[in-house]
Amino acid sequence: MSETPDDLRYASTHEWARLDDGSVVVGISDYAQDALGDVVYVELPEVGQEVQAGEEIAVVESVKAASDIYAPVGGVVEAINEALDDGPEIVNQDPYGDGWFFQIAPDDESQLEDLLNAEAYAELCAAEQD
Amino acid sequence: MSNGYRKTALHDACIAAGAKMAPFAGWTLPLRFGSQIAEHRAVRAAAGVFDVSHMAIFDVGGAGAPPLLRRVLAGDVARLTSEGQALYTLMLNESAGIIDDLLAYRQGDGYRLVANAANRQAVGGWLKHMAGSDATVRERDLALVALQGPQALELFEDAYGAGTDRLKPFHAMVLGDWMLARTGYTGEAGLEIMLPNADAPGLWSRLIAAGAAPAGLGARDTLRLEAGLKLHGQDMDADTTPLEAGLRWTVHWQPEERRFIGREALAKQAAEGARTQLFGLVLEGRGVLRGGQPVFSAAGEGEVTSGIFSPTLGYSIAFARLPSNAAGPAEVLIRGKQHKASLVRPPFVRGGRPAFKELK
Repeated sequence: MSETPDDLRYASTHEWARLDDGSVVVGISDYAQDALGDVVYVELPEVGQEVQAGEEIAVVESVKAASDIYAPVGGVVEAINEALDDGPEIVNQDPYGDGWFFQIAPDDESQLEDLLNAEAYAELCAAEQD
Repeated sequence: MSNGYRKTALHDACIAAGAKMAPFAGWTLPLRFGSQIAEHRAVRAAAGVFDVSHMAIFDVGGAGAPPLLRRVLAGDVARLTSEGQALYTLMLNESAGIIDDLLAYRQGDGYRLVANAANRQAVGGWLKHMAGSDATVRERDLALVALQGPQALELFEDAYGAGTDRLKPFHAMVLGDWMLARTGYTGEAGLEIMLPNADAPGLWSRLIAAGAAPAGLGARDTLRLEAGLKLHGQDMDADTTPLEAGLRWTVHWQPEERRFIGREALAKQAAEGARTQLFGLVLEGRGVLRGGQPVFSAAGEGEVTSGIFSPTLGYSIAFARLPSNAAGPAEVLIRGKQHKASLVRPPFVRGGRPAFKELK
């Protein structure tokens, strides 16, 4: 079973988002990393890039497939996880921690409310698995 | 997930070992057990064990077996002069398109063929259609376990003491109801073991207890591609000829009077020259080559037939179909962006090291 921590919000496209001191940190869920298999390459957005909620702003390539990563909230990218350049496997090892993708300064924190809570996201994953 | 899919004799053992299962050619098979890359590395460095029981196994016997196989296979089984000797060969249609690639083993008074699961009906149907009353074609319901890696033979001998370490590559021996063959699809030393379904779980657990890593179809695909081995259905099919698939070496033209199916069409193409060819492709920079991506070279356009991220090399490699005179630099369109790539001659990896040559 994959983990879905209660303190995060989730997009139906399998990103997680965490509000951290006014910034929104984004990564992919444990379910997503397990479904993708070994991650071999992550293409991240540029720092300073303006993004809209739902916009494709990153790509994760695994042994299995390439997948688009969508911004869960609109705003400005203020940091990216450069450690993924040399260590894409961190996404598999620690999807909710060191395997984060990017951090957004949100236009509107309340956009997080549009995302799924842990329970709803876990249900979605269970339905996908059937 | 497994509804409607055939299960191998190792299905429960694979599930117990934590397999993520995936549908393949009508079967549910282990895609990976944990990290696919870790499985790949285990096979390159030590030994891995694969459940490939979905492969189709046919025993062909009777006085009519040699003429039948000499007609339907582009390689000549008359060259299998000793018991257990194996041949990698192709079954062609009249236009010299590849119906399947398969292994043919000499056994007893006949032959055993191991074909791709996806081509079970095509191969079995064609064999039966072409067989005269003096040849028998019997499909076997056997398990097939591949033990592959530099330590595979030693590991097997420690466990079973069967003498497979004295077996030459592309030779098989019989051990009771089992056939042990020094063949594989990874580029490493190893065995492919055909055995009764009832014996398979015991073999599987004993090999794992002896230190072989369970490995799935995902690792099998990256291992075969690194080794420069083509996959039917991706790198070749019924519309590509051996000349277009880099498999000319498998065709036995001698003796002249052997009229194997596809010979005429193939001889005509050999005289005229094939328009396209399968090339090795190495991606410069980051990204992953995958089947279907368009490739551009000075000689013209083509496409990736199968591509992977190579765990051994740390970058992406592929087979690509391009005009035969292609050479030098190429560009690949990956998700709307042009990426630089080089055309190379496979294998990509041998003995765990880079082995490809650039085509300037």
